[in-house]
Amino acid sequence: MANKLLGHITAINGNMIEVAFEESVVQNEVGYVLVGEERLKSEVIKIADNTAYLQVYEITKGLKVGDEVEFTGELLSVTLGPGILSQVYDGLQNPLPALAEKYGFFLPRGVVLDAVDDTKKWHFTPTAKKGDTVYKGSPVGWVPEGIFQHKIMVPFDLEGEYTVASVAKEGDYDLRETVAVILDAKGEEIKVRMSFEWPVKIPIKAYTRKMVPTEPMVTKVRIVDTFFPVCKGGTYCIPGPFGAGKTVLQQLTSRYADVDIVILAACGERAGEVVETLREFPELEDPRTKKSLMERTVIICNTSSMPVAAREASVYTATTLGEYYRQMGLDVLILADSTSRWAQAMRELSGRLEEIPGEEAFPAYLESRIAEFYERSGYVELPDGSFGSMTIGGTVSPAGGNFEEPVTQATLKVVGAFHGLSRARSDARKFPAIDPLESWTKYKGIIDPAKVLKAHHILQRGNEVHQMMMVVGEEGTSIDDFVYYLKSEYLDSVYLQQNGFDPVDAVSDPERQKYMFDKIYDVLYTDFHFDAKDDARRFFNDLRQMTLDWNYIRMGTDEFDKKEKDIDRHIGSITA
Amino acid sequence: MKKVYNKILSIVGNVISVRARGVSNEELAEVKTKRGTSLAKVIKISNDLVSLQVFAGSRGISTDDEVRFLGRAMKVSFSDAMLGRIFNGSGEPMDKGPALSENLIEIGGPSVNPSKRIIPKRMIRTNIPMIDVFNSLVVSQKLPIFSISGEPYNELLARIALQAEVDMIILGGIGLKFDEYMYFRDELEKGGALSRSIFFMHTAADPVVEGLMVPDLCLSVAEQFALKGKDVLVLLTDMTNFADSMKEIAITMEQVPSNRGYPGDLYSQLASRYEKAVDFEGAGSLTILAVTTMPGDDVTHPVPDNTGYITEGQFYLRNGRIEPFGSLSRLKQQVNKDTREDHRAIMDGMIQLYAQYMETEEKRSMGFRMSTWDKKLLKYGALFEKQMMDLSVNISLEDALDQGWKILAECFESDEAGFRTELIRKFWPAGKDKEEKAKEEPSDDPTEEDISEEPVPETEAGEPAEKVKKKKGRTADKKKRRKA
Repeated sequence: MANKLLGHITAINGNMIEVAFEESVVQNEVGYVLVGEERLKSEVIKIADNTAYLQVYEITKGLKVGDEVEFTGELLSVTLGPGILSQVYDGLQNPLPALAEKYGFFLPRGVVLDAVDDTKKWHFTPTAKKGDTVYKGSPVGWVPEGIFQHKIMVPFDLEGEYTVASVAKEGDYDLRETVAVILDAKGEEIKVRMSFEWPVKIPIKAYTRKMVPTEPMVTKVRIVDTFFPVCKGGTYCIPGPFGAGKTVLQQLTSRYADVDIVILAACGERAGEVVETLREFPELEDPRTKKSLMERTVIICNTSSMPVAAREASVYTATTLGEYYRQMGLDVLILADSTSRWAQAMRELSGRLEEIPGEEAFPAYLESRIAEFYERSGYVELPDGSFGSMTIGGTVSPAGGNFEEPVTQATLKVVGAFHGLSRARSDARKFPAIDPLESWTKYKGIIDPAKVLKAHHILQRGNEVHQMMMVVGEEGTSIDDFVYYLKSEYLDSVYLQQNGFDPVDAVSDPERQKYMFDKIYDVLYTDFHFDAKDDARRFFNDLRQMTLDWNYIRMGTDEFDKKEKDIDRHIGSITA
Repeated sequence: MKKVYNKILSIVGNVISVRARGVSNEELAEVKTKRGTSLAKVIKISNDLVSLQVFAGSRGISTDDEVRFLGRAMKVSFSDAMLGRIFNGSGEPMDKGPALSENLIEIGGPSVNPSKRIIPKRMIRTNIPMIDVFNSLVVSQKLPIFSISGEPYNELLARIALQAEVDMIILGGIGLKFDEYMYFRDELEKGGALSRSIFFMHTAADPVVEGLMVPDLCLSVAEQFALKGKDVLVLLTDMTNFADSMKEIAITMEQVPSNRGYPGDLYSQLASRYEKAVDFEGAGSLTILAVTTMPGDDVTHPVPDNTGYITEGQFYLRNGRIEPFGSLSRLKQQVNKDTREDHRAIMDGMIQLYAQYMETEEKRSMGFRMSTWDKKLLKYGALFEKQMMDLSVNISLEDALDQGWKILAECFESDEAGFRTELIRKFWPAGKDKEEKAKEEPSDDPTEEDISEEPVPETEAGEPAEKVKKKKGRTADKKKRRKA
């Protein structure tokens, strides 16, 4: 498909154009609309009667009927290779800092820059030898990228067996140079470079097998790790109304989650939120590597005012980059904020195509698209015997905070964990505002599930008592029920709630969680006897205050032990 | 290349279509009728069939009226000569001044590169305590004022326009009543702010579609001034009218509606306007305050709902006051640590006490016996509403903080209010508190068990609001939601 085919515009409707073509057109191939110097990237999304329907990834102002469109024959692709980490891309993998350097404050239209600098030299160390048999995804060597060994792999589109004919010696190479030559079954030479292209909408499957996720991904958020854990290679979603703290929760996860690489897909959300990450991450230290957090982060940033069609592409761009790093045996976490905006982008497009609308005008294929996206996650075994994982967490912004809407419902069908944020909790300033009674998970976490279940039972019981108390008043509640209520409130305020802005409390590592959980579990299942409700309340108030103070003290210090003894003494004063 | 066509094929709603060639998307055209000339914008092209949205409305257009394409997209003149002027929704003068035609800029330009944005850190003082103290407005913030018809939101906007610490004001009226428009003009003139203001006014009497351009006109002009180093505040009222105009066009164009008739791209359309708010590094800034009336006082209505997802917080204007509970400035944490050391403590502490007051008020209305503490809270609530929440209160942030301490001292003992000892030593008004010397430690639990289910943990001045304000806001919020 090397010879460029041309077509011309016959109709324009918002960001969709109709293009008459002569020869052939590939579904989902990329076309460029030529307007003067500008080349507006677009993608074929429908073909009918010698007319191709293209969504344009830019503003279509000023386009005319008759303008030429150049078809490339290639699907929408991203460049894979060293240099992706710590980058900030738009939805189509244009590096934003480079654009800013060149064009200033505003995003120019119709400009495409190299996603990775192909003139930069990388220090290549070969690992394959002449005569080795390799498959797609087999490493031939590696280059250091930040703290990682970035594996240079056989491109993923090469099916079958290949034999290594030669590998470059250790040394510095740029992305255009050949680092290995491999032969296919017919003996034809294929040159392997350090970077290659991959179409974003096709999952990378250069692994041996996909496995069930079992290893917990620790986020250091107690309510997640203890009550609603997520496993490496799993999926989860965070639906919630505006102002419930979705983005704060994702930011915390992106900082502290126990993974190698975090890819943030800011999809149709506020630019201001991305800015915080952009400006703060380079200064923040990764608790695991002591290097800047930015070194393990990639930001795909297609904020709400950027063109809608590119928003649709941005989540695919993020997952493709994630799959690429998974192929190197790394644990990758994709955080998509927010999948609702992505679904809305699909809806806008579907409307322009005049497709028959489904519920709330979302297209009928909404569910299958959402499922496809989450299904790209997974824990996989790679050709060289190592393991990699890609976990996907998506936020959902349901209209009016009502979870009975198509995007939330379609997402719930396919994810492994549901962290539902509630307006009631965020209004009461209980953060993270994950509703402990509505949320669920299918994964096993770091704490004995039987105990977690019993602790959860206290929450449910406490809630029932609370509901009852609202009707009959405190006077009409028995003291035993009242203690249940106090216990559930205690668990809620000292364990489920966590101060994301406090340096100690924000980061609760597994040892601390296990330790604290055991202590609190003992309180929950101790029989306390109080004569009056006021005594009970006073006891739990003091206990809560002490435990909260304890939360703010670093574990392993004398102060920590001292506070613990205070707590024990306080508990002892009742049970003794 | 100006081409004239005089065969209009269809007139549906405010959209007309003609057969024309060489027309570009979003190009402007003039439609000449017996009643005058109106601008129109190309919104869809299919082969040689061009659909245009007529700003003055289609009423009275004849099928043989003249359509002349201008060969350019909508532009607006930009110069210092605009200050003090009033324009309509097509950018034409509404006052007696001359039309401006030099230095034309395109409206609805490209969006700002996110990597060029900076973390906002300058506060805009408005001398309205409910904003300055409790939900500070920050440069480059975009904030809606959620309200319902009948509330004094335009009065609030006018006051902010007069008092906000910015270089210039751009006021965009969409579907404004004529007397509201006159009110704005008179107020700003009286306050001497007209010379640093620009008006783009679309009144309810004007054709609906003309209002669609107002936000873009305001924001494009504001952006240019910001690039020239000015701190610009854009006030828009009312964005619900803007959304309704979009709905009208979308339905005329037979687009599939998504939610309550609004087009599927409502979010993107609103976002592309609100996201113009920015602080340019090394230049000026653009801040947006926009009134969004909630039909039926329903915050889950598509317009306020989508807006809430886009903006950085919201002010609820209810019963003539800015509600302390639902209102939120997401950026306030960026600025209120550097104002005065007691700012955050007052911000959180007073709201907590006010939340307790609401609870007590509820109990009182149900006929429960009032304890001493309850009585104190009742007194506090009344004072707080009168001296802080009332929109006529007009004092600087520092005075408002002092005022806060004065109210507290008038109602409570220094150890009851739940503030840290150092702050009490420094700020508690002298002579009001006899026990100050005697008490070294503030009480852990000032709420007195007999009236409160859940005591408030001690307020830490340095802590973010997410941690404090716990619990106590809940009942009040619930009530508010129920009302909503």
